[in-house]
Amino acid sequence: MSLGPARYSFGGDEHIFVELSEEMSLEAFFKGMAITNAVKRLAIPGVTEICPANASYQIRFKPEVVKPADLMRMLQALEAVMGDSELELETRIIEVPVLYGDPWTTETLMRFRERHQDPKSTDIQYAARVNHYASVDEFVKAHSGSPWFVSMVGFVAGLPFLFQMVERERQIEVPKYLRPRTDTPKLTIGHGGCFSCVYSVRGAGGYQMFGITPAPIFDPAQRVPYLKDFMVFFRPGDIVKFKPIDRAQYDRDVAAAEAGTFDLRIRPVRFSLRRFLVNPTAYNHGLEEVLHGN
Amino acid sequence: MAIEVLKPGLATTVQDAGREGYYHLGIPLSGALDQYSFRAANLLVGNDENAAVLECTLLGPELAFQQEAIVAVAGADLQPKLNGAPMPAHESFPVKKGDVLSFAFLKAGARAYLAVAGGIDVPVVLGSRSTYGLGAFGGFTGRGLKPGDLLPVGKPGPGARGGRSLAAALRPVLRREVELRVMPGLYYHRITEQSARDFFEDVWSVAPEADRIGYRYRHGRPLRWKERKQPFGAGSDPSNIVDAGYPFGSIQVPGGLEPIVLHRDAVSGGGYAMIGTVISADMDVIAQMQPNNKARFVSVDMEQALQARADYRARTDALRAALSS
Repeated sequence: MSLGPARYSFGGDEHIFVELSEEMSLEAFFKGMAITNAVKRLAIPGVTEICPANASYQIRFKPEVVKPADLMRMLQALEAVMGDSELELETRIIEVPVLYGDPWTTETLMRFRERHQDPKSTDIQYAARVNHYASVDEFVKAHSGSPWFVSMVGFVAGLPFLFQMVERERQIEVPKYLRPRTDTPKLTIGHGGCFSCVYSVRGAGGYQMFGITPAPIFDPAQRVPYLKDFMVFFRPGDIVKFKPIDRAQYDRDVAAAEAGTFDLRIRPVRFSLRRFLVNPTAYNHGLEEVLHGN
Repeated sequence: MAIEVLKPGLATTVQDAGREGYYHLGIPLSGALDQYSFRAANLLVGNDENAAVLECTLLGPELAFQQEAIVAVAGADLQPKLNGAPMPAHESFPVKKGDVLSFAFLKAGARAYLAVAGGIDVPVVLGSRSTYGLGAFGGFTGRGLKPGDLLPVGKPGPGARGGRSLAAALRPVLRREVELRVMPGLYYHRITEQSARDFFEDVWSVAPEADRIGYRYRHGRPLRWKERKQPFGAGSDPSNIVDAGYPFGSIQVPGGLEPIVLHRDAVSGGGYAMIGTVISADMDVIAQMQPNNKARFVSVDMEQALQARADYRARTDALRAALSS
């Protein structure tokens, strides 16, 4: 569980960038969450942005108000005092419906075959094969069978990066496109490296495309109930469980989303990293019960 | 009463000082790319210096005023014309109801700021009137201007008057070849020592892909990365990292080929190693670069960056003092 000391660097005169670990792990993510939450609580004058990421974080500040070297020392001190007590998280688990192998991402990926490692397969066929699944169905079972942590929100507004909550040897890994696409449908479920994501807006992208969700996750007009509080849905630390749906269900959900009546299944949950790491499979069963219990 | 957009120009958006506090959710700073010129334009028309203006990129818009107003243009050398007659830049002047404001062809720089006394009165979204195009919110209905748009104008302040001019010494300096000061850091240790030297020696040209999200540079030598086994989750290319936050001004080099400096509509994070950050004082300089303009990156330390920042702030203070009456 030991990550070793973090690496600190200034990003110009307004940012401190802290790499907690070169490689991705839940431990690195939790350490980043704990430190950035502590920075938030301290309400340090001059700090304007606090951005946790997968295995790193960055702080933006006004050097007229807080001296860069002082702020860096403060962050280093926080790292030193962070104990195991911070490895628990009050969060929420969310079920996200997905139409895997949908017509829109399929049409899009066909337009960009020359940028792909395997032009003869679809993205999901390719991902199933390189991850040694016998079929696309088996792959979908794996992708939707375990929960995922939102380990970072960004790239564009409200886009969640999702880290699969299984032992490393079971984690799905897929290379990104050889050259990024210039188009990705809005609400595409993508995957690159070890991360899945949900594209919050239409645009460029380099992740493999597996399917599409009918659930809006970013909407400046805030039409669906769970976006009434804020236009961005996901927060770092959210837990996501994908649920495969068929085309008929997808169409019903999209109609509901357009009418502003679509809602997501969201349940509060307390997550313990220590207990999860002892037996991820058993722990995930418990999460599933929270999601579907009353 | 409003301003009607007859022709939108190439990429004209409503911008103000920008929005802070949402970068952790992928919502960038936005705001005028050249903050100095933006402030100058506002102060010339007696506005609060953070009022919303039009940022006009490379090719100016054509606007019909449905009301009288005081206006001023600052920034790039994009001369305003009133009913076809040339008008001074960096100087406020009145327009009458029915007047048409247009612009001559760009002579230097890339972005001119048109301030109207009272400010462009679009709704405030997350603390700012700035347009965030990728997210489709802020500014005028979340997008750049189109023909037929009617821009609402706020109530002019008591300081609104024509004939207020900016002294030559306080006008923005527009050069075709610039030096951009960079603090090496972030993933700088990932490139070879030779590449680090090359990066600061070479002359880089602005590529056609240069916009509010980021400025791409080309024609320098490709950067090489130190050999390593890629860490878990980072992706296979040596320029890949485990996706991380991108500081405003940071320089990423996908595939080691063409450095991209992220600007105010930055993607907030991703999986490309950043090798350093352009200092805050030089971000306005980037905003005024046209495609094919040349830049050399100059390595500086924190002390030099803070001195440059203090100089920049002193210049903005001088601007305020000069235009406060």
